[in-house]
This record gives sequence, structure tokens and C-alpha cells, in this order.
Amino acid sequence: MSTPDLSPPPAAQPASGNHAARVARFMLPIIVLAAGLGLWEFVVRVNDIKPYVLPAPSAVLTTLIRDWDVLSKSLLTTLLTTFEGFAAAAIGGIALALLFNLSRWLEYSLFPYAVVLQVTPVIAIAPLLLIYLPQTTAVVVCAWIVAFFPVLSNTTLGLNSVDRNLAGLFQLYRASRLQTLCFLKLPAALPYILGGLRIAGGLSLIGAVVAEIAAGSAGAGSGLAYRIAESGYRLNIPRMFAALLLLSAAGIVIYGLLALTSHLVLRRWHESALGKES
Amino acid sequence: MVDSAALADMDTDPAGSVAVSLRGVTKVYDNGVAALGPIDLEVGRGEFVSLLGPSGCGKSTALRLIAGLGAPTSGTLRVARAVAEANGGHPVGFVFQEPTLMPWTTVRENVRLPLKLAHVPPSGAKVRVDEALAQVGLSEFADSYPRELSGGMKMRVSLARALVTDPDILLMDEPFAALDEITRFRLNNDLLALWRNLRKTVIFVTHSVFESVYLSQRVVVMTSRPGRIATEIKVETAEPRAEDFRTSADYASYCRRVSNALAPAYLGQST
Repeated sequence: MSTPDLSPPPAAQPASGNHAARVARFMLPIIVLAAGLGLWEFVVRVNDIKPYVLPAPSAVLTTLIRDWDVLSKSLLTTLLTTFEGFAAAAIGGIALALLFNLSRWLEYSLFPYAVVLQVTPVIAIAPLLLIYLPQTTAVVVCAWIVAFFPVLSNTTLGLNSVDRNLAGLFQLYRASRLQTLCFLKLPAALPYILGGLRIAGGLSLIGAVVAEIAAGSAGAGSGLAYRIAESGYRLNIPRMFAALLLLSAAGIVIYGLLALTSHLVLRRWHESALGKES
Repeated sequence: MVDSAALADMDTDPAGSVAVSLRGVTKVYDNGVAALGPIDLEVGRGEFVSLLGPSGCGKSTALRLIAGLGAPTSGTLRVARAVAEANGGHPVGFVFQEPTLMPWTTVRENVRLPLKLAHVPPSGAKVRVDEALAQVGLSEFADSYPRELSGGMKMRVSLARALVTDPDILLMDEPFAALDEITRFRLNNDLLALWRNLRKTVIFVTHSVFESVYLSQRVVVMTSRPGRIATEIKVETAEPRAEDFRTSADYASYCRRVSNALAPAYLGQST
């Protein structure tokens, strides 16, 4: 009777400690959020602050629900632009890195311009693009410009990080260039590529928003950023907050999806995706 | 400037008795460092030869040249054509100092790689992969990932990968240097057993006197900068060798002889 009672606690102690830590990791940010929102609501109500100065969280939520028709359409537009920019950045970045890897001359010729494109603030390029390109294209191009560089530089880094002995092994067995690329370089570069894509996801959203704001001031567009600009002119501050909330949520979801993909792809072998215990 | 014959590996017919032959082979790297030679070395078919020497003596360079990883600066290098070459085989198998496995895929896929690169159909490859894994005693770990294996097991996978093409010549570049002594002794014994069963030609690079004497029929002692062959010592003892050879007086005296031969090689070095 007494033996079974005695043995579990020592074993259960660290496990429950772990469990508590895990619950805390989820709960603490939520508690902070709830407290913050509560304080915000309280301050607005007690001081009777007008919605066009600072809307209470409840007012933002009501607006979100009431304007859902408009906002959801805008969200979809922005997400579509982001996705197109991201896809173009992923394909373009990886493809360019592969070309650079094949030809050093090409890398020397083009890499500086990739850097120029990266360091020039996109907000400054957007108005020019809007002049030369149809608006929907210009927005996608903006998202692409911001997002493709991390993919390019990370993929390049990955392709150059191939284990020298493994490369020797492929040479020894007379692997063709295509075989070396498919079976050695790309898998070896995969963790780097996924890291680049994770950064690119967030950046393409930023690029899309920047371009929409630039386009919005030119009087066209219907994305979330345009809604924010438009609501600003109309002093519809609750809707600004609601649109901002959606943008943040979109960013979090994009990041989460890419991190999850990365984890699923790498979990069997790469250090970054392995549990700390192993 | 490269001797044209240096690039042509092979006129020796498969029935010949010489597996590898180096004649006045030198290697000078692009930065002007003379890494090797000139050296003359002949390795007979089925022979187990160790290249022993201090680090920087060019023994790894010699091995890489034999493997075809880089061409000699001058001299003639011949490697016998593999008997198995016709069916996707490869004349040499190479085992690196590190296991050099692809971390992103399983043991089975790692061992299959040379066959995949030679376009051997998966069905035929499977039998040979299973056979190679059985030879190194890793059949149960075929679906593990490299990171799940110990250092000794990774080395076995590397060995299985070198064996999977059924090469005539096995080149090993300090393969057990990074392992603990107990694991190294076990792998030494397993390697000897494999060599006895499969009758491959083995060229084994090491910096351990004891390992070279224990394993090989002939120890080639090298000196450094540039790497040259100082002397060769034949280890003639009762076969098959086993653990008791390690503690025999015979073994001790061979080790002493090899150590003495190696001493001048170290004198040439500043360290």
C-alpha cells in the first residue's frame, strides 16, 4: 500500500514543473494582453475619451464586426498581394541563388544590384513603380523587392555551406551537376532556405502594405493599408485600429505557418528543429 | 604540364596483380605548396597497406589522388579497372576521416547514394544496400537518421557506403581517428574480418603506429614537406590476426621497428 504511494512524487515533480512552465509560457502573454486591454478600456471609459481620439478595445471589436464586409475583402486583397510577392520572392530568390552558384561571373555581375535593391528603402521606390507599372503589379513588385533578398542571400549561404567531404564524395562517384544540385546542394541548403523564407514572409507583408499606402495616396486600391490611410483621412480611428489588428494577425499567421513548415520539414535531422533534450 | 598518363586511370586488366601504381607522382597545390612526392608506390591486388606518417606528410593527399579527387602535378598514377564496374560498380570506395553522411536522410539512403548516382534502379540497389549494411552489422538501423547513431556506428555506415558499389579498392583516410579506443579496436577487428572475407585491396591512412601494425601487411612510413616514402616495413605474422596479436611480443617488436622508422620523419619537422 505505502510503496506505490511513495514512489510517484519524485518522478512526478520534474514533470509537473515542466508542465507548469509550459502552461506559464502560454498563459503569461495572454494575461499580459488581458491586463493591457482591461487597463486601456478602463482608462478610456473613466476619462470619457472620444473614439476619434482613442477608441476603447470594445469599440475596435465592434467596428471589426460591423465593418467585417469591407475589412475582410481588404484583408483578402492584401493577403493575395503578399502571397504573390512572397511566391515571386521565393522562386526568384532561390532561382537567382542557383544561377549564382552555377556561374561565378553572373554572381559578380548581379549581386551588387541585388544589394542596391535591398538597401534602397522600398517606400522611396514605390511611387516610381506606381508610375511605370499597373497598380496591382506595382504592389506585388514592391512586396517582391523587399522579400527576395533574404531568400537570395540565405540560399547562397546555404549552397556554399555544403560539407567539403560530401562534395568530394559526389565528385568521387562522378555525380552530374544536376545530381549534385538535387541530392547534395539543395538538401544541405534547405535549413538556410527555410530561414530565408521565414523572414521573407513577414517582409512581403510589409512590402505589400508600403506599396498600398503609396498607391492609396494616389487614390486607388482596396487593401488593408489603403483602409488604414482612408480611415485616417475620415478620422475613423476605430476602423484604423481594426485594420491594424487584422494586419498584425495576418503577419502572425504567416510567420506561424512558415515556422511550422520549417519545423515539419527539418524535424527529423536538423539541430534547429530538434528538441533540447536530445 | 600534367603527364597525360596521369589522368588515364586504366589499362591494367582486371586479372592483373597490381591494384594501384604510383610512379614519380608529385602534387603541388595552386598556392605553391609541394604536398607530395615524388613518390613511387605499388599496391598489390588484395593487399592491406597502411600509409603512416606525421600530419602534413601528404598521406591524405596521396589517397585523394588515388581516389581521383584531384590530379597529380606530375608522374604516372594507375588504378586497376574494377571487375564490378560493368554493373554500376566503382573502382574505389572511400572512407573519410569523418563519417561524412548526409544528415537529412536515413542510413539506407546514405548507403544507397553511390548506386543512385550511378543510376542503378532502386529494386537492384535495395539488395546491395541490405547486403552492405549486413556486412557492417547495421541491418537494424537502416531507417535511422545519422544523428541517432553513435560515432562508431556512423563510421560503419560510411564503410557500408564505400562497400556498396563492390569496389576492388578501399581507400580509408584515418577513418577511426576520432573514435574512442574501445570502439576503434572493435572496428579494427571488423575491418580485418571484412578484408579477409571480401579480399579487397585496402589502403589505410593513419597516424597511429599501433593501428598500422595491427591491420596491415605492409606499413609505408612517410616523411613530411614534401611527403616522401621513408621506408616500408612488412608485417609478417600468423593469419588470421585477432585480439591476441595485440598483446603478442611479435606485435610489440613490429611496433618498435615502425616507431624507430618513424622517428627520423619527425626529426624533419620543427614541432
